Amino acid sequence: MTSTQPFLEIKGLKKEYIAGKPILKGIDMTISDPGIIAIIGPSGTGKSTLIRCINRLIDSTEGQIIFDNSDVCQAKGTLLRHLRRQVGMVFQEYNLVERLTVIENILTGRLGYMSSWQAWRRDFSQHDINTAFELLDAVGLSEHAKNRADSLSGGQRQRVGIARAVMQDPQILLADEPTSSLDPKTAVEIMELLTKFSCEKNIPALVNMHDVSLARKFANRIIGMADGYIVYDGDPDGITDENLKQIYGGEEWLN
Amino acid sequence: MAELGITPVKDYKNPFPRNWLTTGLWIVVAGYLLYTVQSLGLSWSRFSEGLQHAGTLLDRMFPPNFSRWELLFSGLAESLEIAIISSVVGIFFSLFFGLFAARNLMPNIVSVPMRGFIALCRSFHPIIVAILFVKSVGFGALAGILTLIIASVGFIAKLFAEAIEEISLKQVEAIRATGASFTSVILFSVLPQVFSRFIGFSTYQLDSNLRNSTMVGIVGAGGLGGTLFSAFQRFDYDFVSAILITIIALILFWEFLSNVVRSIFSE
Repeated sequence: MTSTQPFLEIKGLKKEYIAGKPILKGIDMTISDPGIIAIIGPSGTGKSTLIRCINRLIDSTEGQIIFDNSDVCQAKGTLLRHLRRQVGMVFQEYNLVERLTVIENILTGRLGYMSSWQAWRRDFSQHDINTAFELLDAVGLSEHAKNRADSLSGGQRQRVGIARAVMQDPQILLADEPTSSLDPKTAVEIMELLTKFSCEKNIPALVNMHDVSLARKFANRIIGMADGYIVYDGDPDGITDENLKQIYGGEEWLN
Repeated sequence: MAELGITPVKDYKNPFPRNWLTTGLWIVVAGYLLYTVQSLGLSWSRFSEGLQHAGTLLDRMFPPNFSRWELLFSGLAESLEIAIISSVVGIFFSLFFGLFAARNLMPNIVSVPMRGFIALCRSFHPIIVAILFVKSVGFGALAGILTLIIASVGFIAKLFAEAIEEISLKQVEAIRATGASFTSVILFSVLPQVFSRFIGFSTYQLDSNLRNSTMVGIVGAGGLGGTLFSAFQRFDYDFVSAILITIIALILFWEFLSNVVRSIFSE
């Protein structure tokens, strides 16, 4: 990708779950640089909705999402799946297929590149299998390859979730509150992993989070959302108490 | 309440008052039971008279007569074939029908007609379906096979659909996010969650088809039932008992086999 073409461009994005009650009220953003981009904001402000609109797990109501020269909002069928496979997604509750083994879960990241017939025969290429085991090693779970996903702890599951997303060879990573179900130490380790992969692949990682200090520590850009709008977009060092008050409301919690 | 040291000021209302509607319903049920016993002419003398007939029958059934074992085993083989073919075909179709009937994966326009079709398959007892097929495709095993396919679809497609409706959609969402096609999403996120239950339903259905395949012959749809029915009509009670013992042995053997299958697949 050239520097003139952004990774992702969102224009006037709106989403109403109930007609007349928008949750996203007009989001504009352009993502041109790799690295961690943190989206912060209170619960219910539409952070998850925004992330899920980008890979169309949720259909938006209005607006454009330009990714890889196509409008995700208009894409259908094969084009939509080809866009989706370039977007790696990490979930808050990990969303691993519990009855599959760890290595099988990572390999599911390749399904977007395979026909259903190949999927039915579990016909993963040798190259994919090698990549999967290398990724498993990179997230430090080599000895768990043959274990079922539901035998892992929360932090281990999230590592598998990240490996699955990276397995897609994505142009962008999305992470929906990836650390919210984890303890503080594991949360930092997960953020370090996301940083590592976004650097190695030279791609942006859009991360929803509610922990402001974690966002300050890892992000090179922070987007603050409140009430369905973007109210702050810039440097993590530039964010002030005034901004935080505007994002989260109130001020007692700041002290 | 003197022992608690509390003097009650007033009587409180019973929190469980008599519900006159429920009481009334119980009285109606009891009255109807008495009426049915009366109208069907059930009495102790009728019962003891019946028991004497049973004694005569049992007397003529023993010892069982296996001398016509060739007829017996050709009937048994046909029943077994009917049961296995109809189970394999029925389970195969049920996989798809169950998927199409699952309300969490399919839009209403697909799931509602499919649920209606499955309910239709289940609405008649296999004997009635068997009579319909004997009349439409003629006597023999084909009618029996079609009957049991309908019975299998009616039963396990519904159970499949319900199993699919209980899965975790989080796992489905994650696989969809990889850009996988619809079929791949089913293969890698839905099937792993429901597969062991499918195996359970399927062995149960094969079990039920084995029993039913010995029954559809009574109306002419092939298998051991036909042999059994003609033996009854010719008062060959010793041959009847030989057939019944064979069926019991078959069911017990299958019970053993299905336990083996289940222990292989369940984790």
